[in-house]
Amino acid sequence: MPADGLLAASWLLIALPLAGAAVLLLGGRRTDRWGHLLGTATVVASFVIGLLCTFQLAGLEEKSVGVDLFTFISAGSLDVRAGLLYDPLSAVFVLLITGVGSLIHIYSIGYMAHDPGRRRFFAYLNLFIAAMLLLVLGNSFVALYVGWEGVGLASYLLIAFWYTRPAAATAAKKAFIMNRVGDVGLTLAIFLMFSQLGTTSYSGVFGSVGTLAGGTVTALGLLLLLGACGKSGQFPLQAWLPDAMEGPTPVSALIHAATMVTAGVYLIVRSQFIFEYTSDARLAVAIIGTITLLMGAWIGCAKDDIKKVLAGSTMSQIGYMILAAGLGVFGYAFAIFHLLMHGFFKANMFLGAGSVMHGTNDDVNMRHYGALRKAMPVTFITFAMGYLAIIGFPGFDGFWSKDKIIETALSQNLTLGLCALLGAGVTGFYMTRLMLLTFFTKERWEPDVHPHESPKVMTVPLMVLAALSLLGGLVLLNDWIVTFLSPVTGEAPHEDPPLPALAISAIAVIVVAIGVALAWFLVGKREVSRTAPEKVSVFTAAGRNDLYGDAFNDLVIVEPGKSFTGGLAAFDRGTVDGGFEGTGRALSGLSGALRLAQNGFVRSYALSLLAGAALVLLALVVVNLA
Amino acid sequence: MNTFDAPTIEYFTVSPILIVLGVATLGVLIEAFVPRGRRYLVQVVLSLVGLLAAIVTTVIVFNRLNPGAKTPKGGKVVAMGALAADGPALFCWLLILVLAVLSVLLFAERHLEGGVTSFAGQAAALPGTEAEREASTKGLEHTEVFPLLMFAVAGMLMFPAAIVLLAVCVALEVLSLPLYLLCGLARRRRLLSQEAAMKYFLLGAFSSGFFVYGIALVYGYSGSMEFAEIAEAVSAQTGSEGLLLGGIALMAVGLLFKVGAVPFHNWTPDVYQGAPTAVTAFMAASTKVAAFGALLRLFYVAFGANRTEWLPMIWIVAILTMVVGSVLALTQTDIKRLLAYSSIAHAGFILTGFLGIRSLNVVPGGSLTGISAVLFYLTTYAFTTIAAFALVTVVRDGGGEATSLARWQGLGKESPLVAGLFAFLLLAMAGIPLTSGFTGKWAVFAAALSAGAWPVVIVAVLASAVAAYFYVKVIVLMFFSEPIGEGPSVTNPSVLTGSVIAVGVAATLLLGIVPGSLIDLLGRVGVFIR
Repeated sequence: MPADGLLAASWLLIALPLAGAAVLLLGGRRTDRWGHLLGTATVVASFVIGLLCTFQLAGLEEKSVGVDLFTFISAGSLDVRAGLLYDPLSAVFVLLITGVGSLIHIYSIGYMAHDPGRRRFFAYLNLFIAAMLLLVLGNSFVALYVGWEGVGLASYLLIAFWYTRPAAATAAKKAFIMNRVGDVGLTLAIFLMFSQLGTTSYSGVFGSVGTLAGGTVTALGLLLLLGACGKSGQFPLQAWLPDAMEGPTPVSALIHAATMVTAGVYLIVRSQFIFEYTSDARLAVAIIGTITLLMGAWIGCAKDDIKKVLAGSTMSQIGYMILAAGLGVFGYAFAIFHLLMHGFFKANMFLGAGSVMHGTNDDVNMRHYGALRKAMPVTFITFAMGYLAIIGFPGFDGFWSKDKIIETALSQNLTLGLCALLGAGVTGFYMTRLMLLTFFTKERWEPDVHPHESPKVMTVPLMVLAALSLLGGLVLLNDWIVTFLSPVTGEAPHEDPPLPALAISAIAVIVVAIGVALAWFLVGKREVSRTAPEKVSVFTAAGRNDLYGDAFNDLVIVEPGKSFTGGLAAFDRGTVDGGFEGTGRALSGLSGALRLAQNGFVRSYALSLLAGAALVLLALVVVNLA
Repeated sequence: MNTFDAPTIEYFTVSPILIVLGVATLGVLIEAFVPRGRRYLVQVVLSLVGLLAAIVTTVIVFNRLNPGAKTPKGGKVVAMGALAADGPALFCWLLILVLAVLSVLLFAERHLEGGVTSFAGQAAALPGTEAEREASTKGLEHTEVFPLLMFAVAGMLMFPAAIVLLAVCVALEVLSLPLYLLCGLARRRRLLSQEAAMKYFLLGAFSSGFFVYGIALVYGYSGSMEFAEIAEAVSAQTGSEGLLLGGIALMAVGLLFKVGAVPFHNWTPDVYQGAPTAVTAFMAASTKVAAFGALLRLFYVAFGANRTEWLPMIWIVAILTMVVGSVLALTQTDIKRLLAYSSIAHAGFILTGFLGIRSLNVVPGGSLTGISAVLFYLTTYAFTTIAAFALVTVVRDGGGEATSLARWQGLGKESPLVAGLFAFLLLAMAGIPLTSGFTGKWAVFAAALSAGAWPVVIVAVLASAVAAYFYVKVIVLMFFSEPIGEGPSVTNPSVLTGSVIAVGVAATLLLGIVPGSLIDLLGRVGVFIR
């Protein structure tokens, strides 16, 4: 249905932050003094527009509004219109991106106050917001792809924001390259759609995907899953996400926790009309999600770097979402619900971690923290809200959203459901460990560190996010979020879980409680050393090394790749160049030999003329006889 | 009693030929009656005026063909059935006449040799004798070159238009004999020049013998000298096949010799090198146009019906020509010989376009026919070549033109303009886009491909790659090598040579960027009448 009213102007959502980025990047140092304010203002304005648009959408009969903009590509039978699609799914994302985005912009004003590159930082953040909004608002896979690449670029620029640090530069390259692997999957999926269906718009693919052969649909689903794995840090493309924490902490909060890394979940939910035709691909999605949620939790247990723990937790929580999305029509709405809740509490905790670092001279090692609750009360309280939300303490965000996923998983696939339950327990362990090491236990501060509370501009966003971590679950009231999303995700038929929902909740809470208790006995009750112990179990060692993801990549991809390219280079030098130069030498030799016939004697020339005449006659006769 | 019917001649239609012949004859009289001092000016002016008049009448006749209309009239048979004034013939006339104007300008150049033309002061004086020195100090020059040029031009005009075998034979000799003479008239390196003339004459006579024998065989087969009747006989398949095949083979030898195709190419490098460069420029450009025009007409019109029998032979010749021309050019050390082999390779490319022969009714509208493609390539090639040879005349040292490639090292430092223009022309010959060489190659390859001659096109593309090597090698030599000794020097030519270079370079550029209108025109007029 075509848009009218404010929805027709929903392109402003994207245009405003894009204009902000353009002004800040092109304006140069002239915009240094007020650049951060402009950058924040454009995102807040986008949030307000998004809010109004969503209200208008909620009042509409048909909850899917198209905004046709212009012809993007027209070549042969390929005709891609640039247009936007505003429906409940994109509305949820718009509010998450611009809402959390606004808070993080405000927070960054304080966090980056002393950084000489603050204007550039806000320019990149604005660029990210614009690209991310395009990703979720586009009405075709091509538009999504443009946004997809845009957020990839912004992510690269922001991870490498402190590009003079080798670790940051390397991490940015790693993130970009590993994302390319996933992007190839998405690209191939789009090619496949175009070659098989002749269209790449959501409505076009939705209308015709049913005509495809089963294998093709499965291939399409797996390629999309590959794309999602790259962007969302899912197994086997997860290795870039922990390293991406080299960027400024607000970036980790916004891009590598709340929004961009959830794009993979968006992609799968948005493509539900494809996955509905292929149970194989759905199962693959669910398995990938489960593997990743366990891996992330494992990594989270072993790290001492507060941001790396949160990164592992992000992997793990997105694993939950992917798992939910893999459960098909039963899970899509819960995947998005958890995504939204996770956006709140994870942004909260990342910003909280940033606040802690702000007070401890940018130290990230939790073994140097301890007892910070007294020095940083606001940070502590708000962080605690996020903590309670993520472990699924009854009443907080995570309780509602994770519970729904575990419940659905148990009723759809017992094995995956049990793994998800186990994951919840491990989450309870590592998050409690983080809390204890940071805010409780004894002081282990560095000598010259005097922890202090952060300024208001940073703590106010924390308070808002803490409130959301506590109250976000209200959107589940009366199944509101599920009903709201149902035009996109479809309505699940009613199925009775193997146990009553209340019993599952109780079991989940007990499992989490076990994890929390373990953490208390293993960490809280003991003396924490300021240096990480050398002698550790193989499990801890594996977790510290990101489950050997880098070693695996080195062994399986990098080293063979190097040998392969080395071989190609040798082939190029030897065979190609050699062949080429050899041909050249051979031709020169031939030339030298032929020159001998050009001896300058007219009698020889006449003879060769005669021979030529014989040749011509012979050719004619042979052809004639044949 | 025998009666003699006066022949009817369409005087206006054939007036370009008549004007050129008239001017040539007048030129001979001028040599006899005008004082030596004034002959140069009179000859140059007369030749230019005559050629311009011929161009004007050609254009008028051309327009009367009404090539813009949906169904062009196609032309008419004139001069008692001896000549055809159709689209291809008139296009060749126009092209040859324009090239002849440029050649006259090159012939008339006097700046480079310090006040005299680059032709021998007194051709009869033996090289190295007192008589020669005397002629030189007196500042003698042969202004006969202008009438000779005009006679050759007249033959070239007749050659592609003749539709009677006898007329073809006469045209061939009229165009060849003056060229033999002109080749021997170099002012510098006279022995080389005279040797070239001698070789060219002997081999030319030899090949003419083949040609005439071929005429006799074809006459024996068909009982007629006229193309239309020969075509009828060929399609009716009356008479002895052996006679026809022999005739085709021998006539092909004569014509392929003129275009410089392998294995009839041996004369080309020796003659191109020995002849005065202005004559080489004229020969390389105009003779190719005339000879290919004649080749096209003879094979398409007279022998078109049994083309399946002779096309494989042309395939072989085309492949040999491209390969041998390109490969032999690799090891050349003299710029004129290099350009000679390059012209051999180009003859191969043109023959590739020649393979684009198809029945008229199977040619879809808008696609290139073999005729159009060949005429287009000839146009691009002729202008590039004449400008390239014109540039060769300005690079000099104490002994005249510095044609040894070693002397061209570092020319880019000495004269960026000359080296730059020459590099541009070389790129055009290599077929680099945005030059006419690219569009020309595209045209002939497209024509050959649509007629199914893809193996030849593959060879052509490979030969182009080999050719690109030696063209680019010269560019590297000019710009990236240090000069040897004092290095080459560039003598500033007069406006005559300068304008030839300018026209050639401009045509090379324009036909590379906006070839559309010429291709369209050729698409409309590129049809032979029968």
